[in-house]
Amino acid sequence: MRTCLVVDDSSVIRKVARRIIEDMEFSIVEAEDGEQALGHCVESMPDVVLLDWNMPVMDGLMFLQELRTLPGGEAPQVIFCTTENDVGQIARAMRAGANEYIMKPFDRDIIESKFSQTGLI
Amino acid sequence: MNSATFAYLSDFIKDRSGLVLSEEKQYLVETRLLPVARKHDITNLDALATALRTPFSGDLATDVIEAMTTNETFFFRDMTPFDNLKETVLPALMKSRTSGRLRIWCAAASSGQEPYSIAIVLKELGAKAAGFTFDIIGTDLSMEVLERAKAATYSQFEVQRGLPVNLLLKYFSQNGDTWQVNQDIRSMVQFRPLNLLRDFSALGVFDIVFCRNVLIYFDRETKTDVLARLAKQMTPDGFLVLGAAETVVGITEAFRPMAGKRGLYQNSLTPAATPREHLKLSVG
Ligand SMILES: C[S@@+](CC[C@H](N)C(=O)[O-])C[C@H]1O[C@@H](n2cnc3c(N)ncnc32)[C@H](O)[C@@H]1O
Repeated sequence: MRTCLVVDDSSVIRKVARRIIEDMEFSIVEAEDGEQALGHCVESMPDVVLLDWNMPVMDGLMFLQELRTLPGGEAPQVIFCTTENDVGQIARAMRAGANEYIMKPFDRDIIESKFSQTGLI
Repeated sequence: MNSATFAYLSDFIKDRSGLVLSEEKQYLVETRLLPVARKHDITNLDALATALRTPFSGDLATDVIEAMTTNETFFFRDMTPFDNLKETVLPALMKSRTSGRLRIWCAAASSGQEPYSIAIVLKELGAKAAGFTFDIIGTDLSMEVLERAKAATYSQFEVQRGLPVNLLLKYFSQNGDTWQVNQDIRSMVQFRPLNLLRDFSALGVFDIVFCRNVLIYFDRETKTDVLARLAKQMTPDGFLVLGAAETVVGITEAFRPMAGKRGLYQNSLTPAATPREHLKLSVG
């Protein structure tokens, strides 16, 4: 089974995302911030990362930049999932190497749609 | 509602829109039409049916039909039709014409996501489309959705279903919580009210017709009639695109499915590609 790393400091968001993404037959690994997430990636590279922007310790953008420098770190599809919904921020995230972008609030349709656009399902 | 009311309403709706409502759709009629009744100060659906029979029931009739149609749509819905457009339909037409005008009809345009998706595909062709101009005409029965289509303004939810974020950044402008399609894409599409049950020959002839997720609501006879008239509005080498749950097979001889291309059909007047290739080989 492929794995999805869900990175968000809100346990509610992680739970909602887990429920939706498990239904698409991914196994889920959770992280509360960028640093934890990076630790997971060093151990075992996920197939996809659902990534919040604003988090304590290490934010989403910094995590993404670090991830892409790891061996094998260019492989995961990274989908930002954040309340930062300004066009400038979206563009910044894409330039930093994100594959897709979800503006919160999201629903099942949007997650499925973005997973299918990035060729994950 | 009594059974005479249901019979009257379902006949009325079928006659005006083509939508077929079987007995078990009674709940649907109720949930969709009770708010319409309330808006017009009518107490229940029996009274609504009576009101529809009177002359001057124009606004009420329109509201009834608009309430019953399903307008669900999204950008790049099902993706395959847009891949087919880019990889099969446009290359074939641009090869046989070499230059000029290509006319595209989106025959159930709803709130505009489908015609704008087509416009984006065309825009993305860039220099490959040099020498061609494209006209896209979007039509729908419902004035309400056409107004939304013309405004070309979509919610955050709507722009995230089906639309890749790079295309969102490229072809939309953000305005608070909503996103509007940019003028260069908007200007490629014209919208008009049109009922597929009525004569549409005045629209002229098209090279490509998208008629997706509307025939499913019609009975077989209506489907056959609409498809036969569509075939007459298309160039002999034109392409028809239907929805994922729709087909021409067993419904009309006017179109034939293209082998290996799901949802894509050609006018039966066009000779099939394989025999023609074969002929060329054996001659030359
Ligand atoms: C489900 S939407 C399909 C939108 C789009 N083609 C797609 O596939 O996403 C169906 C549309 O067909 C329109 N419609 C229903 N009956 C019609 C008729 N008789 N003539 C023209 N449009 C009709 C409805 O108003 C609605 O907007």
